[in-house]
Amino acid sequence: MTLQDMDTVARTVEILTPGPLATVQDLGRPGWSHLGVSRSGAADTTSLTLANRLVGNPEDAAGLEITFGGLRARLRLRRPDGTPATGYLALTGAPCPATVNGRPAALDAPVPVRDGDVLSLGMPSSGLRTYLAVRGGLTPPPALGSRATDLLSGTGPAPLRAGDTLPLGDPTHPMPGVDHAPRSAPPTEFLLRVWPGPRDDWFEEPSLKTFFTTRWEATSKSNRIGIRLAGPALRRCRTGELPAEGMVRGALQVPPNGLPVLFLTDHPVTGGYPVIGVVHEDDLPLAGQIPPGAGIRFSAAR
Amino acid sequence: MTTPLRGVRRAGSAALLAELADLADVLALRAALERERPEGVRELVAAARTLLVTYDPAVTGQDRLSRTVAERAAALPEQGGPATQETDYDTLVVPVRYDGPDLADVAELTGRTVREVIDRHTAPLYTVAFAGFMPGFGYLVGTDPVLHLPRRSEPRTAVPAGSVAVAGGFTGVYPRSSPGGWQLLGSTDVPLWDEDRTPPALLVPGRTVRFEETT
Repeated sequence: MTLQDMDTVARTVEILTPGPLATVQDLGRPGWSHLGVSRSGAADTTSLTLANRLVGNPEDAAGLEITFGGLRARLRLRRPDGTPATGYLALTGAPCPATVNGRPAALDAPVPVRDGDVLSLGMPSSGLRTYLAVRGGLTPPPALGSRATDLLSGTGPAPLRAGDTLPLGDPTHPMPGVDHAPRSAPPTEFLLRVWPGPRDDWFEEPSLKTFFTTRWEATSKSNRIGIRLAGPALRRCRTGELPAEGMVRGALQVPPNGLPVLFLTDHPVTGGYPVIGVVHEDDLPLAGQIPPGAGIRFSAAR
Repeated sequence: MTTPLRGVRRAGSAALLAELADLADVLALRAALERERPEGVRELVAAARTLLVTYDPAVTGQDRLSRTVAERAAALPEQGGPATQETDYDTLVVPVRYDGPDLADVAELTGRTVREVIDRHTAPLYTVAFAGFMPGFGYLVGTDPVLHLPRRSEPRTAVPAGSVAVAGGFTGVYPRSSPGGWQLLGSTDVPLWDEDRTPPALLVPGRTVRFEETT
């Protein structure tokens, strides 16, 4: 075994239990929409970049996006000569009970870890997606310049399974002087700013009003591609088909049943149903934390 | 001066949707914006009648970019020009076995023989207009008007990878198995999507394509 082989074996994250859904995510692969691939990447980019900063990683380093908690993973941190080493991890996003070797681990803070330590996550008390960054960043092979898992296109690493081993990179930046970056937990009711259009004129005036006055509910038929909303069916004032057109992250597309779908990070590049409004870019990380059953209200962006 | 631009609509805080009269105008505007990218533009997503322009809101804004798009559209030559763009690619020849499950239906729908359907599908020089639906799926223009057919009324739950199909005036090839409603004329073994290659898609917008009958 060469020194380099030992090095790649020596620094890994072993997935013992992925929980309901754990994927590798970075900030995605912009620039491929014209070939039918959307950006993908972390659903809550604010939380991923914070986790990376807390362990001295570049903001776009790959970490784990853990949906509904439930993950258990072992850290392998060895020097090239095989002797045990130490490192850091950080957990951000949906707050969940977390332990390292049975001892409580702080959230939104760098957590020192040693070779062989086991991280265990419980269920989040609010929000949906917890982010794990490990000092050095996860380094599975990139696809189209990114390590993000895109559940729509199948690009990037597959969703994680028990027994998967993810290599860690070498630290490139010094540890920050920050020991805690407290954030408010995700709410139970989400307020998102929405720009009307581009196809708001496909809907009856009362339905446009309904859209902004309703407390919508996120259904369980939701994922990284989109959140299906439950509420009053919106009525179109036009019949006929819309030729497929480009879709953006945050678009609220309304299929014939009148119930909007809020497109998240793995959204299709084009779609054939009218988009009544688009969530403000700054509110998209928050939208990535909406769990099934949560209430959602939309306010008009300006 | 006339402009092919029918309108510009806001698509959130970081994108606009330019509406055009037809696909040729969409492709001409896309080519014009690609030749000289306005500051802050991130991506251009062409579709049948629209061009989605996404941008960095820290660099440019809705009003400014709308004006630029309108200026570029007004400066396009009349008639939008040909759908074919200049690209670095030669014509892609795709060998097709014309044995698709919808071939007989298509012959019946069009009132032609199967032989004539195949001849009409292999005759034209196609151009990849835009991509979408799934990675590597190109919407090809140039299909013989006789073969301009609607989608099937009941989409299939699984269209096999490599299926060559027509719908809505376009020809397309499924890079991998997926649900789909297009009329399946045949199949090819050409790998259309390979993430280990650059670019990963063979059907890149602007490339010309011929279909060749094989057995």
